[in-house]
Amino acid sequence: MKLLRGIQLMFIRNMRQTLRSPIFVFVSLFQPLLYLFLFMPLLNGLGGVPGLPAGKTVQIFIPGLLVMMALFGSAFVGFNLIDDIRSGVIERFLVTPVNRSAILLGRVLRDAVVLLTQCVLITLVAIPLGLSVNIGGFLLSLVLYAMVSITMASMSYSFALIYRIEDPLAPTLNTITLPLSLLSGIMLPLALAPLWLQDLAKVNPFSYAVNASRALFAGNFQSIDIIEGFVIIFLLMSVVFWWSLNSLRKLEE
Amino acid sequence: MTEELVIETKGLKKTFVSKIKGKKKEVEAVKGVDLAVKKGEIFGFLGPNGAGKSTTQKMLSTLLPPTGGEAKVAGFDLEKEQSQIRKNIGYVSQAGGTDSGATGYENLILQAQLYGIDDKTAKKQAEELVKRFQMDSFADRPASTYSGGQKRRLDVALGMTHRPQLLLLDEPTTGLDPQSRVYMWEEIKKLKADGVSIFLTTHYMEEADNLCDTIAIVDDGTIIIKGTPMELKNSIGADIVVFGFSDENIARKSEQLLEKVHPEKITREETFVRLHIKDGDRAMPEVLRLLDANNLKAQNITLSRPSLDDVFLKYTGRSLREDNK
Repeated sequence: MKLLRGIQLMFIRNMRQTLRSPIFVFVSLFQPLLYLFLFMPLLNGLGGVPGLPAGKTVQIFIPGLLVMMALFGSAFVGFNLIDDIRSGVIERFLVTPVNRSAILLGRVLRDAVVLLTQCVLITLVAIPLGLSVNIGGFLLSLVLYAMVSITMASMSYSFALIYRIEDPLAPTLNTITLPLSLLSGIMLPLALAPLWLQDLAKVNPFSYAVNASRALFAGNFQSIDIIEGFVIIFLLMSVVFWWSLNSLRKLEE
Repeated sequence: MTEELVIETKGLKKTFVSKIKGKKKEVEAVKGVDLAVKKGEIFGFLGPNGAGKSTTQKMLSTLLPPTGGEAKVAGFDLEKEQSQIRKNIGYVSQAGGTDSGATGYENLILQAQLYGIDDKTAKKQAEELVKRFQMDSFADRPASTYSGGQKRRLDVALGMTHRPQLLLLDEPTTGLDPQSRVYMWEEIKKLKADGVSIFLTTHYMEEADNLCDTIAIVDDGTIIIKGTPMELKNSIGADIVVFGFSDENIARKSEQLLEKVHPEKITREETFVRLHIKDGDRAMPEVLRLLDANNLKAQNITLSRPSLDDVFLKYTGRSLREDNK
């Protein structure tokens, strides 16, 4: 069985499930919309503080918000894998000749597609609010969000494969995602942070994704932030995906 | 000429290592199993829950790497030729493996595609399987709406999608109502008639007795005895007479008394005393007179031909029925 065919079959299977209840794709848009309308206006009042030039709030906030959506939106996909483990579906797939990595790749690609749809919708909503979009930069940034999404989804699946029950999954994922988002300068620019907090943010790979995302939206293609963001997130994604694959291999132990 | 074997294992072993509070603890789930499953037969792995049945089957299905021993499944080496084994066997786990979010058709088509069958043929095969397993009335509904029996039918159909020569069934009728169970037994017999070899696990002795050509009784990770159902029952070599007493005290006294006359052939469970005795119908009056003479009154007596449960009891000292409670 060829890897690509396996990925295709698994992607279709998972996408079909998502499309059977498309309402959830929109329900998960609710949170970013709340941030857009109930939180961003607060930042407008701060215009002029370091890292947040007056009148450019939306330009700084939206690229960060999109990374946050990728972080949180894909972090909880492990729950639907637990259903599949419990009903024996994963076991059944594992006994067929399908490539093991296809089983997971078909899922994380579905998750990435769902996330990208949401990112496009939020960006469209933000344009009337004053967001200016550099098309080339935006398309590249979508690749970055997809990688963040795949990283988080793979992590979520790893924990699902290790725990195999729901109870410990939510606390674990919350404990990991919250500091990751706080330490990435999404809500408020890290320029406002004390030095130790800025140093701490430097070890958070997702803060580089946020910087890259902002540079791309600004069309600032010479910025080193873009290369840094892509390289760091790509490496992280590879490691976390490898970990999830390893967890799948150990499922029966 | 030796008969062709579809499963052959030597000393197949599985030891799980679990960490509890930082201490490594080893659990021997399967302690060296030798199996020889003949082509075309239904082979039953009978034993209580936790005996290592599912673990053995997961090893044979390539899901779980053994920690010792060797095995050939469908003619291929378990260690080196896993992908060949996957193509040639069907495996239906205890959980089943039905994707409840998809319809029966969608389940069957995807399963065929996963075995490398092209879309058109996959669709055609799905339709054949729906007819074969009489799923016409529900195959286009989501599997989440199925009854236990319908779901199990789809599970088995999924295992048969690529027409394997060997089907592994893990507890095929657990949790089914009696009617669905009988239906499933018929299906399994039909598969055998079509030439499929079947290796199933069960903790129902009626099931093993009814379906299987060969049975291996397992307990605590080891095979205790194997043979045809007839051979196993004959190995008891006697009928079984069960005396029921009004209380445990009388039962114990009777046990002690009868032990003097028939040592090693007697067991007691609460108020019941079980005597393994040749020509039970003739021996019974004498035993009754002996009990009467000692003022030990039996409340009821049953005489029966040995069942597989009696076989299990004889070799493990425990009743299989008790374990299943």
